[in-house]
Amino acid sequence: MKMLFAAVFAVALSFGSAQAIDIEKVVSPGGVTAWLVSDDTVPLVAVDIAFERAGSIQDPEGKAGLVNLLASTIDEGAGDLDSVGFQTALKDNAVRLSFDGSRDHLYGNIRTVSTSVEEGFDLLRLALTDPRYDAEAVERIRRQIVSGLRREENDPNAIVGKLWSRTVFPDHPYGTPSNGTEETVSSVTPEDLRAAHDNLIARDNLYVAVVGAIDAETLAPLLDRAFGDLPAKATLKSVPDVQPAMGLTVRQEVSTPQTAIRFGGPGLEREDEDFIPAFVMNHILGGSAFSSWLFEEVREKRGLAYSVYSYMAPFEHAAVYGGGTATRNDQADQAIEVILAQLNRMATDGPTEEQLADAKAYLTGSYALRFGTSGSIARQLLFLQMEELGMEYIEERNGLIEAVTLDDVRRAASRIFGNGQPTVAIAGGVSG
Amino acid sequence: MSLAAAPAAISANELSEPIDLGTLTLAPDAQYVQLSNGMDVVIIPDRRAPIVTHMVWYRVGSADEPPGKSGIAHYLEHLMFKGTENHPGDMFSTTIARLGGRENAFTSNDYTAYFQQVAKEQLPTMMRFEADRMKGLVLSEEVSAPELNVVLEERRQRVETRPGAELAEALDAALFTNHPYGDPVIGWPHEVAALTYQDALDFYRDHYRPKNAILVVAGDVDVAEITALAEEIYGSIPDEGAAPVRERPPIMPIRAKRTVELTDERVREPYTQESWLVPSYTTAEDGVAEAIDLLAEVLGGGNTSRLYTKLVREEGIATSAGAYYQSTAFDDTRFVAYAVPQDGVALQDLEARIAEVIGEIATDGITELELRRAKTNTLSAAVFAQDSQSTMARMFGAGLTTGSTVEDIQNWPAGIAAVTEEDVQEAAKALLAGQPSVTARLLAPATAE
Repeated sequence: MKMLFAAVFAVALSFGSAQAIDIEKVVSPGGVTAWLVSDDTVPLVAVDIAFERAGSIQDPEGKAGLVNLLASTIDEGAGDLDSVGFQTALKDNAVRLSFDGSRDHLYGNIRTVSTSVEEGFDLLRLALTDPRYDAEAVERIRRQIVSGLRREENDPNAIVGKLWSRTVFPDHPYGTPSNGTEETVSSVTPEDLRAAHDNLIARDNLYVAVVGAIDAETLAPLLDRAFGDLPAKATLKSVPDVQPAMGLTVRQEVSTPQTAIRFGGPGLEREDEDFIPAFVMNHILGGSAFSSWLFEEVREKRGLAYSVYSYMAPFEHAAVYGGGTATRNDQADQAIEVILAQLNRMATDGPTEEQLADAKAYLTGSYALRFGTSGSIARQLLFLQMEELGMEYIEERNGLIEAVTLDDVRRAASRIFGNGQPTVAIAGGVSG
Repeated sequence: MSLAAAPAAISANELSEPIDLGTLTLAPDAQYVQLSNGMDVVIIPDRRAPIVTHMVWYRVGSADEPPGKSGIAHYLEHLMFKGTENHPGDMFSTTIARLGGRENAFTSNDYTAYFQQVAKEQLPTMMRFEADRMKGLVLSEEVSAPELNVVLEERRQRVETRPGAELAEALDAALFTNHPYGDPVIGWPHEVAALTYQDALDFYRDHYRPKNAILVVAGDVDVAEITALAEEIYGSIPDEGAAPVRERPPIMPIRAKRTVELTDERVREPYTQESWLVPSYTTAEDGVAEAIDLLAEVLGGGNTSRLYTKLVREEGIATSAGAYYQSTAFDDTRFVAYAVPQDGVALQDLEARIAEVIGEIATDGITELELRRAKTNTLSAAVFAQDSQSTMARMFGAGLTTGSTVEDIQNWPAGIAAVTEEDVQEAAKALLAGQPSVTARLLAPATAE
């Protein structure tokens, strides 16, 4: 048989310590694109997909949690198969299927044994093109989500995350809990889910990554089978960009022996020329598991907390830096003071040459570890596509980190921490 | 116009047939060797990426702690990152980070393990550092005292901010009578607060030695090469001691029905959990643990199981329900069934239904189709597990520290495939139905009786 698929573009990329990876860009006859790493060492196939900008930011006013409910109900029956029929078909064919709504995007993945790849793609097609959202299933899954929300109600860690978000983004979807509240989740109807499904899930915001025991020729027609019947265009509401609010301190009293703390403010966008320096800087500040400044000062020297961390999050509509910890109620103020002092130290002194060299060594050396399993490779392929970084980024990425100088790090730090204090949210018991 | 060819492999609502996954062997290339000093080695080749996972497991966990020193195994695990004579301070961690590696450690009832994931060229370096850490730990008051506070914060974060975790501690204490599985891995807070670094060093000297350790290497390695390297690096650590014996008091099966309840103002969603004492893969007669595994799958594995189908889908009295078997343990272990009530449903009603659903299996057995479904689903997990070298390393490490052999683990799928409907029914009858259990109830003040 002739080539069934329209185009294959293949590159062999190397990174880290002589590790190479062959990525093929497969374009189906119907025009669906997927990035593929074909490797039949293990008899399974991992497929990661995303619908861009179809995350919880698309929740309608007053219906926060809709996309999360949709992601949890999409596999509860499709076509002729009701919930039990669909779930049984998944299990009987050794197919794992799940969806997950993040703030910005709607993700999905399937894992199949190599003998069930066709069935896996067919079940995915059914869920994407003909989901049922039966009232019974929606109600059942809704109740499970509400159960989770209730469980979080007095958990200081869950409370502080929501408190920080709504303080920093008071008038933006980012300030609304992505799982919603009991009230908003309860207002979502099956019709709402069907309407949202029709709007959010389409070919023009679809990304596909495939890794495992499948070749390009086999994959191409399956892409059309799974995604060919989706609408051409998604209908997405536009979401404004937003600046996180700085310098605020908010507290919520919770009956608990340990206080949870979140801090953060405006970060840098991924397109910003200082983003990579900021990423390296964050590793030194609080990104590294066992050697960051925050780990050293909060945990190692003072024993104030079990976990303390910081992060850089370039969302679609806001660039954010943040972090958190949890400590005995009477130590909360001290922990915050220690953390703020480290942010200030980073903005004024910056790291040493040795600290920068160590961070670069870790970040470049560990990049290869992100390509260790089929699932993790698929996630990377999806990420590179969505960020429009190109396949070559795999080869270029470590060079970008190597090029970061001490001046770059100081500049990034002063841009992020030098313009004011972070917003701090505190949830815990009364100290003393 | 439709682009989809749609030759529906999945068609109408007719119930499909579970596929036959054939004869599976977990990590068929895995090799076991014993070093000249008695240390065990398992090597699991996976040459897809030039990465290795290096783990050293000790056959010691919280259930091996001396009385009054609960939490010492876990505190020692934290202190193992404080440096040795040859590699003082955080030199090991710093080296791993500079090499682009990941690391961590964990403690359970039965084992303590340390691991790094690195580029394959760095494996010998990891082995040298980890071998040095088996005997060379140096501790001081200065580095150990703040770490005790870290552990207490860890306890607050994991347990004291979560009523469900506090209930779980009470449940363990009730289920494991006369046995240290009844004490939390992280330790009881007043005992943890009194631990010293000298306690940690004593525990370390008693338990951290080659005859009590297992090296697990998974990833892009040549078996012969790593075997030689392991002999050179780990095999040269002297161990004149006798083979270690793990002696714990027997778990007392007690006939009394026990109920533990925690009523807490923080609880907004009550639940009930029924636990039985059952044999583990280590203590069970041949085939019994495999039957319990499949019983857990049929009874409560996921949203097509009997418990979920009846309590959640059909009767609407629970918002979720399921069961699981904690199969890997050195001594006997637990089988758990649970349910979260729909608003207004009493926990006692759920408990009664759970007992009835189990009773039906004990009396009438399961269908041939149910069994095949359970097998396909259980065995497919084994296929998916092979995608991750660290998952495989953990599977073998946990198995070997609790008394399984490499062949036991490799042949686990064959054992599952051999289970019959009668085996599953017998497990339900002999171990669960009408057998003494512990009921654990989490309650909000308003729903308390």
